[in-house]
Parts: sequence; C-alpha cells; structure tokens
Amino acid sequence: MAYVPLADQDQEMEMHHPHTWVEKYVFSQDHKVIGVQYGGLAVFTGIIGLALSLLFRLQLGFPESVDFVDPNFYYQAVTMHGMIMVVYFLTALFLGGFGNYMIPLMLGARDMVFPFLNMMSVWTFFISVVILMSSFFVSGGPTGAGWTLYPPQTTMAGTPGHDAGIILMLVSLAVFVVAFTMGGLNYVVTILQYRCRGMTLMRMPLTIWGVFVATVLGLFAFPALLVACIMMMFDTLLGTSFFMPAVIEAGSPLDYEGGSPILFQHLFWFFGHPEVYIVALPAFGLVSDVLSVHARKNIFGYRMMVWAIIAIGGLSFIVWAHHMYVSGMNPYFGFFFATTTLIIAVPTALKVYNWIFTLWEGDIRLNAPMYFAIGFIFTFIHGGLTGLFLGNVVVDLPLSDTYFVVAHFHLVMGVSPILVLFAAIYHWFPKVSGRMFNEKLAKVHFWFTFLGAYSIFLPLHYLGFLGVPRRYYALGNTDFIPLSAQDLNSTVTVAALIVAASQILFFVNIIGSLKWGKKADPNPWGAASLEWQTPDTPPVHGNWGDKLPTVYRWAYDYSVPGAAEDYIPQTVPENEVITASDDNFETNKDPSPAAI
Amino acid sequence: MSLFEQVTDKPWERKGVIGGLSPEGTFKTQAERVALIFFLIIASVVFSLFLVSYYIRMELPDWEPLSEPAQLWFNTGLLVASSILFQWARNIVVRNGKSNLYTSFFGAGIFAILFIIAQLVSWSYLQAGGFYLSSNPANAFYYLLTGLHALHLVGGLWFWSKSAIRLISGGEPKDIRLSIELCTIYWHFLLLVWIAVFAILSNT
Repeated sequence: MAYVPLADQDQEMEMHHPHTWVEKYVFSQDHKVIGVQYGGLAVFTGIIGLALSLLFRLQLGFPESVDFVDPNFYYQAVTMHGMIMVVYFLTALFLGGFGNYMIPLMLGARDMVFPFLNMMSVWTFFISVVILMSSFFVSGGPTGAGWTLYPPQTTMAGTPGHDAGIILMLVSLAVFVVAFTMGGLNYVVTILQYRCRGMTLMRMPLTIWGVFVATVLGLFAFPALLVACIMMMFDTLLGTSFFMPAVIEAGSPLDYEGGSPILFQHLFWFFGHPEVYIVALPAFGLVSDVLSVHARKNIFGYRMMVWAIIAIGGLSFIVWAHHMYVSGMNPYFGFFFATTTLIIAVPTALKVYNWIFTLWEGDIRLNAPMYFAIGFIFTFIHGGLTGLFLGNVVVDLPLSDTYFVVAHFHLVMGVSPILVLFAAIYHWFPKVSGRMFNEKLAKVHFWFTFLGAYSIFLPLHYLGFLGVPRRYYALGNTDFIPLSAQDLNSTVTVAALIVAASQILFFVNIIGSLKWGKKADPNPWGAASLEWQTPDTPPVHGNWGDKLPTVYRWAYDYSVPGAAEDYIPQTVPENEVITASDDNFETNKDPSPAAI
Repeated sequence: MSLFEQVTDKPWERKGVIGGLSPEGTFKTQAERVALIFFLIIASVVFSLFLVSYYIRMELPDWEPLSEPAQLWFNTGLLVASSILFQWARNIVVRNGKSNLYTSFFGAGIFAILFIIAQLVSWSYLQAGGFYLSSNPANAFYYLLTGLHALHLVGGLWFWSKSAIRLISGGEPKDIRLSIELCTIYWHFLLLVWIAVFAILSNT
C-alpha cells in the first residue's frame, strides 16, 4: 500500500465532526477538548493531593493540637499525596494535558493520528482516578504504605489499607498504565508521522521534544510498574510469593516463603526514576519556549538542548538503584549507579546554562509567564545541587531517611515542574481560552507561590542536616533533635498553608478571566511557533481551516537582524519577511541616552 | 535525509521548504505500522521484565523447578501453524488475490484459538498434578507468563475478528489488507515470544 504523507493526502485525515453536545464536550475526539479534560482531571486530583499534604503538615507542625490526624490517616495521607502528585497530577497534566493540546497545534496537524484511541485514553484515565478515589471510601481506607508501596509491609496487617486499599491502588495504577500507553502511542506516532510540510524534526519547538522523549520514557518505564503491580496483586490475592518473604505477622507466620522484596524495589525504581524525567522533560521543553518568547531571543544552543533531552532520557534508565543505596547492595553496584547519576548532571547543567544564556542580553519582557519561568530556574538549580549530594553513596546514607531528601525531591520535581505549569498555563491561556488573564493578580500569585515554596522547602534542608527523620508521625522527645526544630516545623506548616491558600488567586484569575477577561489578541506575546498562527483563537475543530500550514523556518526566529518585527512566524517564507527599511530601522532603534 | 542527518541539522541556518526536508513522516510507512512497532517494543519490555524477575527469583532457595508438560510441544505446533497461515493470508492480500484467502485467514484465527484452549488444558493438567499457583514460585511464573502470552493473543484475535466480520459481510480484501499485514507481524512476534518463554521455562 503506497504511503502518502498527511500534507499530500487528497482529503487529509477523516475528521470526526461532533454533532451533539456530548460528542463535543464529553466523548470528544478533538485533541484540544481531550487535552483540557486530561488537564482538568489532573488538576482536580492535584487539589486533593494538595489538601492531603496540608492535613499531614498540620500534624507535623502542631502535633498536639490536631486530633483528626491519627497515625493511620497520617500515613494514608502521605502515601496518597505522593502517588497522586507524581502519577495522577504531574504525569497526566504534562503529557495528557499539554501533550494533547500542543502536539497537533505545534506540528501543524489537524488532530492526533488516532483520535478514537485518544478519547479512550482520557476515559480510561478517568476510570483509574475513580478507582483511586474510591479507596478513600472502602473499609480500612486507602493504602498507607508510602508511595513506593514496598513489600512486605504494604500487605501486612499493621499497615493501614492493607486489605482493600492496596488492591485498589494497584488496580488503579494498572489502569493508568493502560491509559498512558494508549495516549503515549498516539503522541509518539503523531510526532513522528504527522508533522506538516516543512516541519522537520529539528524545527520542532522544544516543548514537543520534551513531550516526545518523556512519552518514549513513559512507554518503556511504565511496563515495569505494571509488572510490579501484577506480581504484587498475585502475592496479595492469590498467595504467591514473588515479593513476599517468609514473615511473621503479630506472632504467627504468614503463608509466604522466599520472595524477594528487593526485586520489587528494582522494578519499582526502574519505573520510578524515569518517572522523574517523564515529569521533568516536558517541563524543560515548555520552559524553554516560554523563556525564548519572553526574552525575544532564540533559545540558546537549540541542538544541544535537543540532544540533552535525549541524553537525559537515555541515562534515566541506568540510574534507578540510587534510590536503593540504603537497601543494601554490592559496593561496586553502588559505585556504578553513583557514577551514572552524577553523569546525568552534565546534560542537565547544560540545559540550565542554556536557559541563562537565552536570557543573557535578551529583550526580556517581564510578563507573568516569565516570572514563573525564571522562578523555575532558581528552584531547579537549588533542587538539582542537592541531587549531587544524594547521588553519592556515602553522603546519601546518613541523609537518606531525613527531611533533606524531602526537600531535594520537592524542589526538583515538585516545585520546579509546578512553576513551569503555571508559566505554561499563563502563557498559553490566551490561545486556549481566547481571553487575557489578569497580569497583576498572576504576579501576586507568583510571589506567594515562589517565596512560599522556598519558605517551605529551604528549612527542610536544615531539619535534614539535624537528622530529623522523614516519614515519622510525631518526633516525640528525641535527644538529638533540639526543641527549636519543632518551631521550624511549625513555620513550615504555616508557610504551606499560605502557599495553598494563595492558589485561590490562580483559580480566581483563570475562572474569572474565562468570563470577564478581555478578548485576547491571537498572538499576544508575539510568538513565532505554529500554535500561535491558527486562523481562529481559540483554535476550532480541525485547527487550520481549509489548508494545512507550511513551515519555512524553526520556531525561534526572534529579533532577527534586518527584520521589521522582532519575530518571524514559522509560516512566513524567506521572501515574505518584512525587512526594516533604513528609515524604519532608525525609528525602531532604542533612543540613545543622548537623545533623551 | 537519514534520521541522523535530521537530528544533526542546523535549523537556524536552513530556511524554506528545502528539497529533502521531507514533509512526510519520519518513517515512510503508515501510522498504524509505526504504532504497532512501538507496541511490540513495549510488549517486549513487559515480557523481558518478567523474565528478568524470573531469573532473579530463581536464585532464591525455595525454588523448585517445574517440569513443563510435553503437551507444550504440541501447543507450539498449533501456534506455528497459525503464524504460517497468517503469512499465507498476507501474501494473498498483498498480491491482491482472493483464492484461499478465507482458508488461510480463518484457519490462522482458528489455530490461534486452539492454541489458547490447549494452553488452558495444560494448566488443568498441572492443576490435576498438584502444581498449584501458590505452591511454588516456578509454578506461579509458569501460569503468569503463559497467561500473559495468551492474553496478548486474545488481544490480537480481537483485531482478527474485526477483519473477519468485514470479510464475511462482503468487504474487499484490499479493505483489510493493512489489518492482515499488521496482524501477521503481531502473530510472528507472539510466536517468537512464545518460543523464548518456552525455551527459558523448559531449560530452567
């Protein structure tokens, strides 16, 4: 069967035009609606994750005064907070939300390559969220095993949610993996096969590169989670001993023998570490585009940025055991994983330098998205530097079970990606909604979030150095922990409450702007990439009107010398670029200090 | 332009739609085929992880090797027959032919169904012999791996049945050509997986 590229197909792809309200907004096959559905659902679960964190922070900050957080609930809240934030919030929002919305628009396609499969993906994700949430309502409540679900304690009687809770968690994760695989195949194939004419791989915006490599990581890493879930489900329900060793519960031996809990840890982290980059790489991509647009400069070192994304993706599969230094391992094994872990700092640092070089001598517009993007550079550097501590076996051992680790991973894969999310939401909000948001409110939101996040997580580093153990419900009277540590803990809780409350500003801004925001210009930031060049704002079904766009240049032609405007859209051919005539060129120039 | 040339291109230097800067996909084939290849890689990862777990678990002292029933050789024969018939059906539709299409295509599906039934029969023999799922990890892995493989085959049969319905309701062979081509690839993949699983199970 002869292969005809999309741009040359007579009728292009068959569009599934919606006829009813349900087809348009519920069971829609339009990638934009699906993206918003994915995003909305992810934000909903994220709010629950945030609320849970406040509940256990109250217990940590004011241990004597919150009766409703008992030890069982504390562990359940910590577990669900972790799992929700990593998998159901960040992964789903970056890939399901932004991936779906951006891929066809940035690549000049009408939709994803398999729209029906795409719709199946979001509804399967919905089912997985329902299963996850239902665990709050079963007897015993959700699992409290910690988000890593390590056996054997996960399924033993002392752990909250050891009966129904853990089963629902495993089923929900398995369903999520199915949903992700359906979506992921779509993203990968669309990016590889459905780009418009002229959109070569190296003309793709970095957002697409980030989403692409993250999706490939997800497709290869989530199977490890699936395998671990299946085997643990067998252990729990069918009495096998894949992971469960011979173990005594409340004085009597259980019916297990010889299983390997370490095997579970390997499988879990073979998924778990790439998962960090599944969250981080799309964030890297999005922030690169935001920085470049608002600095009015091409992204510094585009090719290096692409290769760094690929290198980080590849390396992320050979570092997983650095999460297991304290589980005990052959020293050579630890040496290997410490080495690979530190090597990953090279491409990552390269990206950070390139972001800073992009800002260097740029015509920086301090719009709200730019605030968040620059804020991200700060938090990411801080979180990344503590990663160098923890990547070394000997430094990790004393710090591993303390708040230092909590501070590290929250800065690097909690706060940083979330700042990028805010940057991206504010940046693309005018295109998605057709309305402008309130700039001032967004900046107030930034300062509360940015400074607030620092006041939560910087003190945790100090607590970690003091040796305050993480995971504990209450510290009690421990000799080596000074009383002042508790004051710090209370401060952190207050900061967390303020940061959480300040997110109301975000929702007020977004929801209010949808209704009352002033109508947005189709391209308010003067961005060159394809999604800003759609004939309609917000883009309608089919994205491009009658004819697919043709791309003549990369997505970063900002401040090109000689051009009249400070950006040249990707759709403008070389002979149609409006050049600045000598007169114009003079008037466009900044007035010299002498002239003022 | 090779993939290597594409990712080493300097996009800031090249403007316009330059000849060779292909508007078409990275791989010059249908999107469905690319998706299938990715799916096969994912499925390989799943099976590999199970097999790695198998080897790690095997080292532990409570492992009692399972002697696989000889019937598996017969089952393997059924799967090989199914794969061969699928290849035959594929060759027919690629040539735009029609004769023997029904025989080969339906035969392929029927042999696959027979394989699944035969696998279930082997399970029941094992059960009758006292080799229960929970009595030893070797047994557990046997049930898990064969079950997972059969499940993949059931997924393939879902697509087979969709094409079968189209063929019965008067569809032209060219309408289901892509479907048959992709099913054939999938069938051969599952045959390879089965041979690998079978080889590992019977040699340990």
